[in-house]
Amino acid sequence: MAKLNSSLKNMVMSLAIISFGASAILGGVYVLTKKPIEDAAELKKTNAIKEVLPQNNNMKIGEAVEITLESYSEKFIVYPAFENDKLIAVAVETFDNNGYGGQIKSMVGFDAEGNIVNYAILAMSETPGLGEKVTSWFKTKRNNQDIRGKKPSEESFKVSKDGGEIDAITASTITSRAFLASVKTAYNVFMEYQKQQNK
Amino acid sequence: MNKFKIVINGIIKENPTFCLLLGMCPTLGTTTSAINGMGMGLCTMFVLILSNMAISLLKNLVPDKVRIPAFIVIIASFVTVLQLCMQAYLPALYESLGLFIPLIVVNCLILGRAEAFASKNNVINSMFDGIGMGLGFTLGLTILGIVREVLGSGSIFGMKFIGEADGILIFVLAPGAFIALGYLIAIVNKLKSKQ
Repeated sequence: MAKLNSSLKNMVMSLAIISFGASAILGGVYVLTKKPIEDAAELKKTNAIKEVLPQNNNMKIGEAVEITLESYSEKFIVYPAFENDKLIAVAVETFDNNGYGGQIKSMVGFDAEGNIVNYAILAMSETPGLGEKVTSWFKTKRNNQDIRGKKPSEESFKVSKDGGEIDAITASTITSRAFLASVKTAYNVFMEYQKQQNK
Repeated sequence: MNKFKIVINGIIKENPTFCLLLGMCPTLGTTTSAINGMGMGLCTMFVLILSNMAISLLKNLVPDKVRIPAFIVIIASFVTVLQLCMQAYLPALYESLGLFIPLIVVNCLILGRAEAFASKNNVINSMFDGIGMGLGFTLGLTILGIVREVLGSGSIFGMKFIGEADGILIFVLAPGAFIALGYLIAIVNKLKSKQ
């Protein structure tokens, strides 16, 4: 077949045909991958919830509850965990916008007294090799960097540079501050949740 | 042209990273670790092979004056297909490559090969050109990723070999990418001039 010459009719026809073909393919792929994409996001969330709650085989994860805090327009989601209908732990989805690369989203687990059980980072765009270490730094047992078992209401729940007693990530104080702030927010959400439950 | 020659041409003689210096944005941006560099290289290869084939199939249907928009539409469709598939089946890699996946659309390597090779050759040769160039790009990114990971984090493919200590952090950051790439290109040029 000879190459089509660049007449207006040919140009419009060929672009239209190519665009039509491309959109047909994209539509098909979108339909095919819609379910797996949702599943993958859901799986990530359930894994994060499991990771931040205490290991307990009798535990049942209850229905998610939406909590609003006064100073935030966004809603926070709380996943309570029960053993024999008694609240033993909660997982709180939280965030802070002051990371070095913008928002840091995390899931923080608390026991019934409000001590941190564990945490998991859901989404962040911190510097690779520096702030990125937030995914494991605060659950590594070394010096004073482990936040597990601590209570965010304490005055010392800050990085050591701000007068607290938690070691910030090396060369990533901004990331550390933002992450600790998100944990504190999660704690406030947890308190609010408890208040609502006790009403 | 010999198929084998086309592939080798892409990997060594006209290596996109070290010789043609095409697609520098993802090269510098994603090679913070060997595995990221390799993932990016393979993603680009996937798009490159398919777009080369599609463009050489459609080359007579596309009038010269609208070839660039037509090529971009084709490339962008394959990138979106890749993006959706990765989100569904490789969410972890998708997250670490992040913004660079949609940016494959504007990778000049892909449009460059469409212009220079696929629009002048048949489907089979274009496919082999895509494989060769893709492998060359993957190789370049993986080598750069290994160098930066070894120097910057003290690990290789995620396996740490310096214990608790930190690496030379600058190699994980943007300046380290330029430094490492500069030295690698110098070494490649030195080796080539000896031949």
